[in-house]
Amino acid sequence: MSASERIPKQIEEVLMTHRRGFLRSAGMLAVSFGAYAGGWATESDAQSSGAAQGPGPYHDPDFRQIDSWIVIHENNTATFYVGKTDLGQGTGTGFRQLMSDELDMAFDKTTCIMGSTDITVDQNGSGGSTAMERDSWPARRAAAEARRVLLEMAAVRLGVPIDRLAVRDAVITAKTDPSKRVTYGELIAGKRFNVTLTGANVSSVTGQAKTKPVQELRYTGQSMQRDDIPAKVDGSLKWAVDVKLPGMVHARNVKPPFACAKLSSIDESSVKSLPGFIKVVSKGNYVAVVCEREEQAIRAARQLKTTWEKPSTSPFPASEDLFNYMRAAAATSSSRPVVAGDPDAAFSGAAKIIETEYEIPFQGHTAFAGAHATADPSNGQMTVYSNDMKSYGMRRCVATFLGMPQDRVRVVWMQGPQGFGRTAADDAGCEAAWIAREIGRPVRVQWMRDEETAWDTKSPAFLVKMRGALDAEGRLVAYDFNARSCDYNHVGYNEPDTVLIAQLMGSRPAKPAAGTTAIPSDMYAIPNRKMAGDVVGLPIVWETPLRTGNLRDPNGPQSTFAAESFIDEAAAAAKIDPLEFRMKMLKAGSDDDSGFRRARSIAVLKAAAETYGWDTRPSPKPGGNGNILTGRGVAYSFRGQTVVAQIAEVEVNRQTGRVWAKRLVCAHDCGLVVNPESLRRSVECGMLHGLSRALHEEVRFDTEKVTSMDWISHPTLRHADVPERIDILLVNGDPNPNRPDLPPYGAGEASLKPMLAAIGNAIHDATGVRIRRVPFRDDRVLAALKGAGV
Amino acid sequence: MSKIELKVNGRSHTLDIEPATPLLYILRNDLGLQGPRFGCGLGQCGACTVIINGAAVRSCIMPASSVKGEVTTLEGLTVNGRLHPLQQAWINEQVPQCGFCQNGQIMTAKAMLDKNPNPTDAQIRESMNGTLCRCMSYYRVQTAIKRAAKAVADASPASGKEVVA
Repeated sequence: MSASERIPKQIEEVLMTHRRGFLRSAGMLAVSFGAYAGGWATESDAQSSGAAQGPGPYHDPDFRQIDSWIVIHENNTATFYVGKTDLGQGTGTGFRQLMSDELDMAFDKTTCIMGSTDITVDQNGSGGSTAMERDSWPARRAAAEARRVLLEMAAVRLGVPIDRLAVRDAVITAKTDPSKRVTYGELIAGKRFNVTLTGANVSSVTGQAKTKPVQELRYTGQSMQRDDIPAKVDGSLKWAVDVKLPGMVHARNVKPPFACAKLSSIDESSVKSLPGFIKVVSKGNYVAVVCEREEQAIRAARQLKTTWEKPSTSPFPASEDLFNYMRAAAATSSSRPVVAGDPDAAFSGAAKIIETEYEIPFQGHTAFAGAHATADPSNGQMTVYSNDMKSYGMRRCVATFLGMPQDRVRVVWMQGPQGFGRTAADDAGCEAAWIAREIGRPVRVQWMRDEETAWDTKSPAFLVKMRGALDAEGRLVAYDFNARSCDYNHVGYNEPDTVLIAQLMGSRPAKPAAGTTAIPSDMYAIPNRKMAGDVVGLPIVWETPLRTGNLRDPNGPQSTFAAESFIDEAAAAAKIDPLEFRMKMLKAGSDDDSGFRRARSIAVLKAAAETYGWDTRPSPKPGGNGNILTGRGVAYSFRGQTVVAQIAEVEVNRQTGRVWAKRLVCAHDCGLVVNPESLRRSVECGMLHGLSRALHEEVRFDTEKVTSMDWISHPTLRHADVPERIDILLVNGDPNPNRPDLPPYGAGEASLKPMLAAIGNAIHDATGVRIRRVPFRDDRVLAALKGAGV
Repeated sequence: MSKIELKVNGRSHTLDIEPATPLLYILRNDLGLQGPRFGCGLGQCGACTVIINGAAVRSCIMPASSVKGEVTTLEGLTVNGRLHPLQQAWINEQVPQCGFCQNGQIMTAKAMLDKNPNPTDAQIRESMNGTLCRCMSYYRVQTAIKRAAKAVADASPASGKEVVA
């Protein structure tokens, strides 16, 4: 291994030591670094620090101070502090690249601390693929301003005007006399910048300095290795699940056995004599058991005898009846239709009308490990160690939930299993904090597999009716999209009255959140369009495991599955190649926003088709005779300004119904690429997450409980499903590709969006059978093939 | 409670413990190891995988008292600061997204490669199929396994090269 690959870990101790020293000398050591492990501290840090928790209160770092963003150490290294969390896409490394560039410091001399509420500014944590697109800008501007201030300081120190100074790798030299030099460390280490930035809020904060043109960025655009990976492969990373505090005990929840159940009784004697038993804690319908050791808490929670009363009406229909229910249900709200042209006239004059309906069930977040948090109630404060992607939101949530002043609560963000939005509606943080206060000791809570799969937040089910009008030349001249999403009472981000423990304790807002539906982006130049959506609710919306929340690109995969399957159906009806059919509805142009995206759409579709080796012909492919039928499908979509085209090649086994995506191609344009290899990995994994949702994922339930409870009853993609070949193409389809201000757009979530439709379109190409319901599980595919006589 | 002896990563431990306690909790909470992690507690996902007698074992469902043989955890793969070729390949291929499952991926791959140093693609898929990843890093995991296998083969005495994945 080369030295540079190990440097983040090697300098970790130095950085932490310097940082402690800096903070002490600057009088900023409000927090102990006890158990702090925002990606960098080690077990020994936690043990050596002594006190488990600093005294508080925990004031918000001032986003208008450079010192809140950057600390420069004596040895001429820097630590960056950003209010984002890295969920495994390498955003921390991305921030280091951009900030190193603006600061003019070597990348390998920097590190980045993320998402802990008392030491990093509140950038709202992560979500929506906004880390680079939106939240890298204030961090860049702070770094640029730090560089400017350091140059000013050097000018005074060296007695040389700024315009005669050069800076590289954190060393400032006089251009005409290189012997006159000073390092950033010599100028600032041990002192504060004390420079106030301007701006109304954290997103707009800025100094006097301008950020560099893209062409002058040195690390940005390079595939720097991710700094978190070495510690993730040698077992040394301290995750949120690894927190251990003096006197810490373990709790496990006892979930209601069915939705909307009312707790009748708890028989504490059923667990009292178990080893390690400490206490049953309960309020309303919330129950947990606390024990000295983890396995003792698991056993006691399983063994605790409780009785529950069922609700008088069924909380929801069984999963096999869901779509009939959704068809018949009264809408709780309806979006105002988006209308362009005159769809009614176009339909009445159509040569051919196509009508279809698509079904997407509830799909779970199903994080790889259950919700978890450790809370420490020492000194009348509350510290929560958590992998919550929106740690700042959790802090507000915990403070409100417990009725504590916000400055007495802090959330220390640490790495955790990817939850795709699950930890934005985190439950374990409030549970740990509440129990910790009840028992007056630090407590660690973790959800078991069945709890997490059954009770996590769900992506809304969608039912989409579509209609299209073709003219005599086979052009799609009108389009009608009507979605129904089962999303009433959508759980928000870390809300103190919708987090599950609050619901179970009987606290809830006056009115459930209205929920949302989605309509597709205006991707095609279809002259007459009507798009609308309804939200429907389930009979009971509180204290239910079918609570909806934001899953990676909320609603995007659902609406895109319908919209991009439909375009393929229209192409097939017109007997035109599906790629060519799409291309005909795209016109390049950069004069307006949608035109800009359309130009880039053409570029990504062309790139994907060329790499795949697309053969132009209508779908379906003429039928084969063997057991394995092969076909290819294309789909594309926008998410914000990011444009993605995907092509899937599938094999469908006629005997078993198994679908294997043998090959995937993705062409992806997200503007400025900060780290190409890191982006390729995220796109690859996002595509495969889409493949998992296309092939496997569906939440099942009877009329009183969710029956998907583990990896057998809620399957996910596995090694055997993985394509033989994946090509990721990073495209810059900007009509002016060399502009100096090319911005980065959100990258990760967009990569998931078209995949469900690409797979469905490929299955149709292979078999001639259109399946309008995901997931394409073996039994569903087999039944569809048999039904069609294939 | 009873005394049990455990040898983990070359060190012997005597623990006074409920014998039915799953090995996972002892490794994590008594011995302070962080490689094996709780994912499902059902032996379905592989996050808790350790190696015992050359086999990849799900420590979340293995009672401590039934452990017969030395336990190797992810931490035990690194010898004197030198990464195992699989760990090195994982860095070179930049495999993990969140990384939470990677203990299971690496340990399962190690048990496979120890038995079959030159697996085919189909054998990799089959051997790894019970080891889940919710970030879907599978394609890269498979690439890294092949890279590590090649690095080990290239470093065999016949090749005279050093192992660098």
